[in-house]
Amino acid sequence: MKYIKILWNGILKENPTFVLLLGMCPTLGTTSSAINGMSMGLATMAVLIFSNLIISCIKNLIPDQVRIPSYIVVIASLVTALQMIMQAFTPEVYKTLGLFIPLIVVNCIILGRAEAFAAKNGPIESLFDGIGIGLGFTIALTLLGGIRELLGTGKLFNVTIYSENYGMLLFVLAPGAFIALGYLIAIVKKTAKI
Amino acid sequence: MAYLLIFFSAIFVNNIVFSQFLGICPFLGVSKKVDTALGMSAAVAFVLTIATIVTYLIQILLVKYDLVYLQTIAFILVIAALVQMVEIILKKVSPALYQALGVFLPLITTNCAILGVAILVAQNTYNTQGLEPNLLTGVIFAVSTALGFGLALTIFAAIREQLAMMEVPKGMQGMPIALVVAGLLAMAFMGFGGVDNGLAQVFGL
Repeated sequence: MKYIKILWNGILKENPTFVLLLGMCPTLGTTSSAINGMSMGLATMAVLIFSNLIISCIKNLIPDQVRIPSYIVVIASLVTALQMIMQAFTPEVYKTLGLFIPLIVVNCIILGRAEAFAAKNGPIESLFDGIGIGLGFTIALTLLGGIRELLGTGKLFNVTIYSENYGMLLFVLAPGAFIALGYLIAIVKKTAKI
Repeated sequence: MAYLLIFFSAIFVNNIVFSQFLGICPFLGVSKKVDTALGMSAAVAFVLTIATIVTYLIQILLVKYDLVYLQTIAFILVIAALVQMVEIILKKVSPALYQALGVFLPLITTNCAILGVAILVAQNTYNTQGLEPNLLTGVIFAVSTALGFGLALTIFAAIREQLAMMEVPKGMQGMPIALVVAGLLAMAFMGFGGVDNGLAQVFGL
């Protein structure tokens, strides 16, 4: 029950995109379509789960003064591993996301969760927190990517819903990212009452 | 002339915030007042330029010893150390400047614009307008990117100062309206699209 609560907390109550407003660069930069948003979310989630797990295991070994640099080294190593895995198995996704894969290192969500959760809780709780926050981030990115793709090109997950001629190209371009996210946050705030 | 074109295109055409989506966190976080926005821009310009030069040299070392896969780890550590060093030196050499920039310096380590530009320059994936990519083009690109960031941040902060006095519908208050404003600004910057090609023709490149 406790673990389900931690999961739920990450997905809804502390959703990194809609509530905590962290990690805005990949949120805006990679959500030109639902698939892109989802792959970015999953990549971040993988790093987040392992960084939470590792940091909560080694938290007693790290002196307090150097904890932030140590966390950054752990996260950077994980991102490097992820980069290699993605280059080997999903080269196309790696190419589309491009610069944003190495930039997972400076994603405030990961360092933020390490500092706020993993450094204070046990490995199992931290693992579930990583899954929850990661899922919340993935859902938010997929939702935003889906909305932008649907409004911009009339497709959803590359399936045509309506003719592209009626699409508003603006939403696939840069300004659409800001505007769509702005309205999405307003709607989520209103409906979820958070 | 090509240098001028790199400069112009990095500030207006490919603005780091509005078309590359880098450095959004400080863009949304420290844009409530024009004064703080200017301080942040200055700090970013300072660190970004130094970081680009240092990481460019590190990249040469990494390539030489066949360690390019360590790029991400090496760069982030160098940037973190650099920010600390800049802070210490600034405190000794120019306390006035430290007073002005001090608060923003620790925030810069996790500013993705710094790491992003460092990686772009190291991998030569930025637009050099037909020039051979070297340290000079990299530095010009970094400086103009930082100026573009400062411009975007300052305009946005000035608009948000005015926005604070407006009556915004309840659901849109705070971040939503700020994001919509940023979207409109991005639309304005889209107007520069293609200007670099036109200028290239004027300069005869």
